[in-house]
Amino acid sequence: MEEKHVLVVFPHPDDESFGPGGTIASYTKLGIPVTYACLTLGEMGRNMGTPPFATRESLPSLRKQELIEACKVLGIKDVRMLGFRDKTIEFEDEAKVIETIKELIVEVKPSLIITHYPGHGVHPDHDATGHATVEAVRQLPEAVRPKVYCMAITKEREKVLGKPDVVHDVESTMDVKVAAIKAHRSQTEAMFKQQSNDDLTTRLKKWLTEEQFWIYRF
Amino acid sequence: MKPIDVQKVEEAINKFKDQPIYLHLETTNGAYAAHRNEGMMTVSAFIRNGKIQFSQGKITGEHPYRVGLKLEDGWVYAQGLTDWEISEQGQLLLAGHDGEGKIAISLQLSETPFM
Repeated sequence: MEEKHVLVVFPHPDDESFGPGGTIASYTKLGIPVTYACLTLGEMGRNMGTPPFATRESLPSLRKQELIEACKVLGIKDVRMLGFRDKTIEFEDEAKVIETIKELIVEVKPSLIITHYPGHGVHPDHDATGHATVEAVRQLPEAVRPKVYCMAITKEREKVLGKPDVVHDVESTMDVKVAAIKAHRSQTEAMFKQQSNDDLTTRLKKWLTEEQFWIYRF
Repeated sequence: MKPIDVQKVEEAINKFKDQPIYLHLETTNGAYAAHRNEGMMTVSAFIRNGKIQFSQGKITGEHPYRVGLKLEDGWVYAQGLTDWEISEQGQLLLAGHDGEGKIAISLQLSETPFM
């Protein structure tokens, strides 16, 4: 884990916590700066709280606050909200999205980027974000390209991509990860109301504890 | 939001009658529907800030409710609405929440564009 600066690129507030939350927490614990580029505010999310306390119109500002809170929990000091809209990234001018991410990479100069594996994100926003990030890196001269760790969540991921290249057991930062997930209250409170913490450690343990990454090969 | 009160909602709908207004209409079963349930399709649609004008608006049904707006050349229709609210901006927000509180449909009207 010898990184200088880590750039995380995902489309929705909470992707950073559910996905590589434990990994992020272990970097920030070591004092490695992490920048989170969050493309949208998850404006079209289905979860409205349990019982619902958000409306379609109040959701964006609530999720923005939740994002800020979750980043605080994870030790992320630099959050960039890129201002795209939930569900629409794949319909934007692709070159524009790539350029936006490329400018950020050039500015932040990360040694490692974490994003979605294009085609293995399930959600179209995940795929579009992973694709734009990978293409942004591809446009950089080979000598200065950061490593890219991709998260893949399709069922057929191992059949297509093989075993993950990097597997982090995040047991030691699990408390931080769960706290960050809980910070996204509108989206996750149902999950925690349905089960006691004991159940959580059994049922969700493997899903949350093992963070798998595939290194993108250009 | 609060559970739909038919009379109040119909009054609120009619305040938007016979003038150009902005429509937000969406329905979704979630981006992960097919991923979580084999054999299910992920289906979702939304229109945000569609400009419409209706001459007749009604709410019908019994929890959940249906709303129909008659346009000059067509219709706006939504089924499965459970809750309502007038926002601080005076927008009429109608939504249908499922048993888990997730939004499944929403129909919203506003005199100014939704942000």
